[in-house]
Amino acid sequence: MGVGEGGGAGAGRVVIEPFVRHTGAVAALPRADVDTDQIIPKQFLKRVERTGFGPALFYDWRFRPDGSLNPAFELNRPEAQGATILVAGANFGCGSSREHAVWALSEYGFRAILAPSFADIFYANCCQNGVLAVCLSPEEIAELLRRHAAGGGGGGGVYRLSIDLAEQRVEDGAGFAARFAIEAYRREMLLHGLDEIGRTLLVDSEIAAFECGMRNAECGIDERPSGPRERS
Amino acid sequence: MTLRTLFRKVWDAHVVHRFPEGPALLYVDLHLVHEVTSPQAFEGLRQAGRRVRRPELTVATVDHNVPTGDRALPIEDPVSARQLDALAANAREFGVELFDLRSPSQGIVHVIGPEQGLTQPGMIIVCGDSHTSTHGAFGALAVGIGTSEVEHVLATQCLVWSEPRTMEARLTGTAGPGVTAKDLILALIGSIGTAGATGHVIEYTGDAIRALSMEERMTVCNMSIEAGARAGMIAPDETTFAYLAGRPRAPTGAAWTRAVEAWRGLQSDPGATYDRRVTLDAARVPPQVTWGTSPGMVTGVTGAVPDPADYPTDDERRAVSRALEYMGLEPGTPLAGLPIDRVFLGSCTNGRIEDLRAAAQVVRGRRVASGVRAMVVPGSQLVRAQAEREGLDRVFREAGFEWRNAGCSMCLGMNPDILQPGERCASTSNRNFEGRQGRGGRTHLMSPPMAAAAAVAGRLVDVREWAWEREGERERAAS
Repeated sequence: MGVGEGGGAGAGRVVIEPFVRHTGAVAALPRADVDTDQIIPKQFLKRVERTGFGPALFYDWRFRPDGSLNPAFELNRPEAQGATILVAGANFGCGSSREHAVWALSEYGFRAILAPSFADIFYANCCQNGVLAVCLSPEEIAELLRRHAAGGGGGGGVYRLSIDLAEQRVEDGAGFAARFAIEAYRREMLLHGLDEIGRTLLVDSEIAAFECGMRNAECGIDERPSGPRERS
Repeated sequence: MTLRTLFRKVWDAHVVHRFPEGPALLYVDLHLVHEVTSPQAFEGLRQAGRRVRRPELTVATVDHNVPTGDRALPIEDPVSARQLDALAANAREFGVELFDLRSPSQGIVHVIGPEQGLTQPGMIIVCGDSHTSTHGAFGALAVGIGTSEVEHVLATQCLVWSEPRTMEARLTGTAGPGVTAKDLILALIGSIGTAGATGHVIEYTGDAIRALSMEERMTVCNMSIEAGARAGMIAPDETTFAYLAGRPRAPTGAAWTRAVEAWRGLQSDPGATYDRRVTLDAARVPPQVTWGTSPGMVTGVTGAVPDPADYPTDDERRAVSRALEYMGLEPGTPLAGLPIDRVFLGSCTNGRIEDLRAAAQVVRGRRVASGVRAMVVPGSQLVRAQAEREGLDRVFREAGFEWRNAGCSMCLGMNPDILQPGERCASTSNRNFEGRQGRGGRTHLMSPPMAAAAAVAGRLVDVREWAWEREGERERAAS
């Protein structure tokens, strides 16, 4: 985790590791609808810290009921050891909003996840933690999985990818290259490891103005909860 | 004049700032907090020396990991206890109201918000839980967020959100007897898929939606996330206002009159356009049962377990094969008749008083099948108290159900209520993911009457035939 102060008033405070370019080994998880219950099962959600989730990543898939490693699971294969890029199927991260899923992936060592699509909340959570979620077309993901299986994974070797966020480009140095789209706001957050709260507080005066006088009559938001609150 | 959807009206009313790079900064009217996704957020505030900007718009409860047994006993799991203690300490330190285990109003966050009248039309509501979409039943824009976003809202009372697309889900026709809101939303998810509404906010419209009670509408909106939508909405109407009138936190007097007047405007303008439209004929929906490991793997109870070979792509065939292997099911097996071991009645989807009434009606005077363990976990302590006033607890207890205290319980199995490996469960919850209710557990999602009938029969049954049989019995008894 990077630390240190950027601009004034907390704005631009670096709280997450910036993501500019990354080259690393690929692990493949070629299945769709990987939900956050699989990524980090519920029994591990009781921690009050942001750390300590890596060992529990994909717990029920990585480990057999007796606690031993499940050699059949993709991440337990020799070529997946040390992987920092995960290539997966569509709708990755669906289900629960638990950010613990991203904390677990990040702590395990993944810096980027490539899939044809992501669930909305998971995608937002990635961005908050310096993990780059890259949407490629289903054909491009299929091609990556083929190359992983042929050149790296299946052959016992390691398949590597380079991801350049500044250029919005993924390539393997062996003929595969693809561009990806990302919203400018998220790109900037990731490139600079920005603290979103600090960024929002730059427009604190606008929030205060909204609170003061800009109650919108249409939905009557200043007419709302009224009653004295019971204190339990 | 630009024609606007309900979503657009609520969105527009909350834009504080537009970032040049895309998203908007939206003001949050109500922030609901629970023990599992908040401790790291409060810790972040502490480390940065920040406070909760609007504690009076922030309400906390304990639900996810709380035991649902005897409240007089100490919590056995020290890690769970630590998480509950952390929320209590954070609520005290930051001045946030907490419905704790001693509160008579404690319950699942998405049950107590509406119950208290905290949830109101036109609001933006957030919570660190994906089923926050529930509150959209009132015409609120309600979204689940991650813990970093929880911290952001605590600190700024605002949410950064890139404008989603809109989808109209029009439900026409009249649902048949024995068909509930749960069946309608499961059928819709089965139709559009679990990522069918990703990137969208769904607005549910049509006669079949208008005919629903508020609690039924909550069931529909609750499962929007299971179709990939971060939020689902239903325009408020007289049903909404009647539900809210007199609730503890609803406006009163002149403020109520003004509020209702404003709320009446919260409808999509006729002719307003959506990015996508889907329709579903409620009259054609039979009671639904999931057969796989995602809510989209669903079919009518009259159907059978599908054959992977019938799916068009390799990916689907693999996914279905994998699901059937996990679920211990063979292609072609009729769903009706499948033996079950456990029944769970509860959750933010189906843990409200109407759900318990509907289930009790099926159970009344009958016994849970031998070998089946069935439990009722009311969505809140107020739901529990109401059910006890109506004698529903006796109906369930006499039938052999466990009658428990409020919490998320076996919906996600964070507390001691879990399935054992291989156990098959008829569940009124919202997710049938692998291991969701306990490692190796096999979950079939369905409506409360369907789950209640399964408890009694010891196998999955078509509740419509069940109701008919009961009707026949009554006639025989009367003659």
